[in-house]
Amino acid sequence: MTISFQELKRRSKETWKALRGSRRPTILVGTAACGRAVGASEVLEAFRRELDSRGLEGALIEVGCTGLCYAEPLVSIVKPSRPGVCYGNVTPEKARELVERCLVRDDPLPRDALGTIGEGRVDGIPRLVETAVFKPQVRRTLRNCGFIDPVRIGDYVANEGYSGLARALEIGPEQIIDQIKRSGLRGRGGAGFPTWRKWQLCREAQGAPKYVICNGSEGDPGTFSNKLLLESDPHSVLEGMLIAAYAVGAGRGYVYCPAEYALALQRLETALAQMEECGFLGDRILGSSFGFRITIKEGAGAYICGEETALVECIEGRRGVPRLRPPFPPTSGLWGLPTVINNVETLACAALIAQRGAEWFAELGTDKSKGTKLFCLSGNVKHGGVIEVPFGMTLREIVQAIGGGTSDGRPIKAVHTGGPGGGCLPPSLLDTPVDQDSLAVLGSSIGSGGVVVIDEDACIVDLARNSLDFAQREACGQCVPCRLGTRQMFDVLTDISRGRGQPDDLELLAELAEGVRLGSLCGLGQTAANTLLSTIRYFPDDYQAHIQRKQCPTAACTLTADEEPDPSLSLLGRGE
Amino acid sequence: MPEEVLIARSGDSQPAARSVGLSINGVKIAADPGATVLEAALAAGIYIPHLCYHPDLDPAGVCRLCMVEIEGRGMTIACRAPVEEGLVVRSDSPAVARVRRTAVELLVVNHHGDCLSCVKNNQCELQRIAAYVGIKPERLGRLRRPASKASVDTSNPFFDRDADKCVLCGICVRTCAELQGVGAVDFVGRGYETTVGTFAGGPIAESRCESCGECVVRCPVGALALKGFEVPAREVRTTCPYCGVGCGLLLGIRDDAIVSVRGDDLNPVNRGTLCVKGRFGHGFVRHPERLASPLVKRDGRFVPAAWDEALEVVAGGFAPYKGDRFAAIASAKCTNEENYLIQKFARVVMGTNNVDHCARLCHAPSVAGLAQSFGSGAMTNSIEEIAHAACILAVGTNTTEAHPVIGLEIRKAARQGARLIVVNPKEIELCRAAEFFLQNRPGTDVALLMGMMRVIVDEGLADTAFIHQRCENFEAFRQSLGEFDLDRVERITGVSREKIAAAARCYATHRPGMIFYAMGITQHTHGTDNVLATSNLALLTGNVGRPSSGVNPLRGQNNVQGACDMGALPNVYPGYQRVDNPEIRRKFEAAWGGPLSDRPGLTLTEIVQAAYAGTIGALYLVGENPTLSEADSSHVVEALKRLKFLVVQDIFLTETAELADVVLPAASFAEKDGTFTNTTRRVQRVRKALEPPGQAKPDWWIAAEIARRLGGKGFDFFQAGEIMEEIASLAPSYGGISYERLEQGGLPWPCPSPEHPGTPILHLERFATTSGKGKFVPLAYRPPAELPDDEYPLLLTTDRSLFHFHTGTMTRKVAGLDRLNGRELLKINPVDASRLGVASGERIQVASRRGKVTVEAQVTEVCPPGVVSMTFHFAESPTNVLTHCAVDPVSKIPETKVCAVRIEKAAP
Repeated sequence: MTISFQELKRRSKETWKALRGSRRPTILVGTAACGRAVGASEVLEAFRRELDSRGLEGALIEVGCTGLCYAEPLVSIVKPSRPGVCYGNVTPEKARELVERCLVRDDPLPRDALGTIGEGRVDGIPRLVETAVFKPQVRRTLRNCGFIDPVRIGDYVANEGYSGLARALEIGPEQIIDQIKRSGLRGRGGAGFPTWRKWQLCREAQGAPKYVICNGSEGDPGTFSNKLLLESDPHSVLEGMLIAAYAVGAGRGYVYCPAEYALALQRLETALAQMEECGFLGDRILGSSFGFRITIKEGAGAYICGEETALVECIEGRRGVPRLRPPFPPTSGLWGLPTVINNVETLACAALIAQRGAEWFAELGTDKSKGTKLFCLSGNVKHGGVIEVPFGMTLREIVQAIGGGTSDGRPIKAVHTGGPGGGCLPPSLLDTPVDQDSLAVLGSSIGSGGVVVIDEDACIVDLARNSLDFAQREACGQCVPCRLGTRQMFDVLTDISRGRGQPDDLELLAELAEGVRLGSLCGLGQTAANTLLSTIRYFPDDYQAHIQRKQCPTAACTLTADEEPDPSLSLLGRGE
Repeated sequence: MPEEVLIARSGDSQPAARSVGLSINGVKIAADPGATVLEAALAAGIYIPHLCYHPDLDPAGVCRLCMVEIEGRGMTIACRAPVEEGLVVRSDSPAVARVRRTAVELLVVNHHGDCLSCVKNNQCELQRIAAYVGIKPERLGRLRRPASKASVDTSNPFFDRDADKCVLCGICVRTCAELQGVGAVDFVGRGYETTVGTFAGGPIAESRCESCGECVVRCPVGALALKGFEVPAREVRTTCPYCGVGCGLLLGIRDDAIVSVRGDDLNPVNRGTLCVKGRFGHGFVRHPERLASPLVKRDGRFVPAAWDEALEVVAGGFAPYKGDRFAAIASAKCTNEENYLIQKFARVVMGTNNVDHCARLCHAPSVAGLAQSFGSGAMTNSIEEIAHAACILAVGTNTTEAHPVIGLEIRKAARQGARLIVVNPKEIELCRAAEFFLQNRPGTDVALLMGMMRVIVDEGLADTAFIHQRCENFEAFRQSLGEFDLDRVERITGVSREKIAAAARCYATHRPGMIFYAMGITQHTHGTDNVLATSNLALLTGNVGRPSSGVNPLRGQNNVQGACDMGALPNVYPGYQRVDNPEIRRKFEAAWGGPLSDRPGLTLTEIVQAAYAGTIGALYLVGENPTLSEADSSHVVEALKRLKFLVVQDIFLTETAELADVVLPAASFAEKDGTFTNTTRRVQRVRKALEPPGQAKPDWWIAAEIARRLGGKGFDFFQAGEIMEEIASLAPSYGGISYERLEQGGLPWPCPSPEHPGTPILHLERFATTSGKGKFVPLAYRPPAELPDDEYPLLLTTDRSLFHFHTGTMTRKVAGLDRLNGRELLKINPVDASRLGVASGERIQVASRRGKVTVEAQVTEVCPPGVVSMTFHFAESPTNVLTHCAVDPVSKIPETKVCAVRIEKAAP
């Protein structure tokens, strides 16, 4: 018999307090994948040895990523005497220095600190929340990331985790769907479909068992927020799944997570085992009549499997290709049964709504896009990483204020958002408030939250070509317009970038883009030309330079040995 | 799949309950409810371009060419949009036309190859679409043309796969998976590089492809193209000469040769589908080794002779043996008319009932067993009913290999929800679709089936009302179940009691259920008991005399049913009328104008024994190759050598014909008129498409000529149809059958009068037994005659290959079939193989108490440990040298399914 939720919560809070508020210093090391990539494991080891060799008392805790990926490895040191201090770009040498200076001599090293965490102040160190990177952010979904230990369910529970589930079980499925409806939550995966509608459709659909699938197939280049959440706070996503399952009456769930997210998979497995132990999975969850089980499905690297019906095919053991719709998954999904498929971030939001209420959630954001959104900053940007801001913030704030502009001070040429199906906006449009609809008017989209900053040294034609190259490789290959159209556009762009463009190529590209958009079976094809079209719209001179003057203004389009033009590619009827 | 969808799709002329009115391009049309917009448009004669749609398949919606605009809904694909009252559809709005044009232009620049030299020229859907859309060079000229993939897979002997012409419509993939249940090809790769490929990318000939060609006939472009295809000048509708399924064929004829073969869409037996033999196996017809002249053996050598001369020799040779020293072996490959004449000749001219045919070696137990329990020894139900069965029990039949088109129907039914139970000593292809696979030891079917029946009775799952109202002798039968407690059954069969019980419950509770069986049931010394076990099981659960139920013996040869029907059996005249019934005999004496013997004749196995013993002196052997097909074939060769006079009539100089005194050249199925009766008792026309080679003649002509030269009266026929008139007048079940009626399609007997529609389902109201009741028969388990021992430790069982037929007389003459499967492979389990140190591909010697053959080994888990199997298609390694000629006491069938053998490595 597992203990009651109240008891679990009480014990978890006690443990949390004992650890964080103890008389021993606590060292938090961010060891998510971004940290590990730049040596966080070595830093952790250096701390361990240093503490051991000096015989110092101190708790060494691995945490996830705060989103400050540019500053990894990130270390926070909390001493009973003062607020925690966060240090960035820590090396093993720096770790030894921190032990010596900070722990032994009680010098917080203000020169190396990024900011302080929690209440209280330390001379010469700003509060982290007041720094340029943090100040415009509202950290709701990311609240635990980098602060709790993702492999301890107690850490999550101590911070109100699973209270959303407890509340859902209290108020019943209709009420929870109503909460989601009133919160205005729309899907975070790109399409922005109202989450409650999916849930409602699935709830009303005939068929059993029903399924809830968490879509963690984060395939857009330049996106990594799902990975961050799964690595740093997996329970926030899994709680969302439980709530969704309870709301729609599902008995089985799948987390679809790419195999290359090895750490996320490991964290998910740990989380599921702990959930089972604590009675959050199984037959009678928290003593209710609600039963639910979750299976992890590893993705094998196909971008198209992020498309929800392709993902379903994949779980069924078949080739991952999108299905024709209707029927839609809420009525006929996995094994032809009603299925809710939500993005990782959407589920985390759902858990928060259940915990804090619809009104709290909806107080931020714009009319049609409520709450906050995670964005992934990359490209030539100073503060690359994952941020969380309310809908309605401008791209300029995101890129300049939070992102800090380009890392080397070069002027920004364009900001690309929304992955391959998104688009490029010029600096003149960066004051547009960002929500789930506003960028579409301009020929872009927020997609799943990728924001790539492009400086003036990058070639826009090459960028468009790259985007079509991605589409023609990653398309599922079944429908004619997408399979052949994306390749044709890629071939034309290759010709343009190699100085072989023809005067009517832009017209041809526009025609092809329309044919592929209107003719394709799924979202991939329907949006595959968006980046291309936005670049033609906002950067026509760059194309003209390539086509008419056979020049690349940035000299980025130069032939490299492994990119020799395909000799078989020729202009039909024109010869070469 | 819901039935109404099928009706809407098949374009049946059946009036729909209610039609749906919609408008397409301003034309108001009425469509079947359940049809899609595309189907409705096509049915109304409105062309909407499409590449990936095929009426036999679920819509894929991937070519996107059938895009239409529906008022109020925008653009959508017509192949997935169901018709609705009042829909306003436009297939050529400017937006639709633009999108379609882009897609078509892209397809065209990605399509390589020259149309005029393409096999599909003039039949290509892409050509048709391009013509409809209108290709403009100046538009096409702007597009980049990608490199040719330049990979043509020519590995299959019958068709090529050209990736450069492939449009990736997926019709081949879906045909293979959805219709054939094989899954030899699928999409591989991603994005632009996607192709249709085999598992691991090997050539198609090395994949699981069964070469049925169904994908080739459906391919809308030249990507899948028949090798050596020529457009025929005319087509002749006829019936396939291979297995008993009796698929309808259209032979394409040009310049006196078969240049194409299509399945007959109008024939309900196969609805256009064919297997590899039916589609590609007709090369034997114009094979250079066809017999073109009578041959008379002089001084041990065959010398060509004129018909007159040869017939005189035959008549002279037969004349001294009138009476029971003569025997005739008719042919399950010949037409009904020919079998009728052969038995008539034996009975009325030669004065003996010594006439039999190869049914003795396949379904004599079915005739004996089912006649006992149901009163009639044939399939009780039809192929069309398989789709609606709730449960299918396939016992002792490797259906997908031996009766591929029925195998297809079973696979399809299983895919659509029918419970499939497979009982077989070997893990056959059908197991992949089965819910239960009961792998019993060879020869233990009585125990297994009685065990199942014990469960059904013990658990109260029997159909007591049916038993009470329509059956007899139940109590005696029930008592015999006492011997079959599941512990004993498990010990005998090697199948776990839980599995037997679960399968029994499944069959008993999912009605209607159909039982299918073939040689695995019959070719045993207890073959008749096996058959009775199946009929007991069907009676016990009320699964007889109802649609989609019954006991269904799958007949092996194209006309083995007909040869039996025609009285090519020693104990019955045409229509199963007994020779020892004086009244019947008088009727035939009157009709045939001469006295008839009242003694039932010898069976085929007994004829061979009698020849060996010298009591039979002359044998007339038509279209049969017993030196390969009979058990213990060395003994058969010796018996034939001891005959004083042997006449063999065939299309090739077979191994048996080599032993003859006179060889008579016969016409093949494509060169004569007649009828075949398929396994479902369906009488179907065979039509002359070509002239026979040289002086070859139809078997009926030859038999009539011999009869006349021996003084026979009533053999003056000029056309096959006249013989059918005589058959109809004497065999009541054929009473209503005439060539005129058969022009409208086949008829299943009983068809007693010209108005009778034929009988697809037997025993609807009463059984054909004298009492009118279905008879339960008590059974006991008897082990096979020869089981493995220390000296011969392995059990040999025999089977068939999809690619060959019987002794290979025809299929071995088809180069492509021989390429796909050109030699015997002894299947052996890895456990036995490793114990014997035998590897796949190694030559080994297989020896039984009767002989030895050398074959290649194939190590496979298809056979369980202790069991090995071989086909008998290959004269180079005559399997029946090994088999045992112990026979079933009732039906005299030899036990070719079980004998004991020893395996040794062959000398290098």
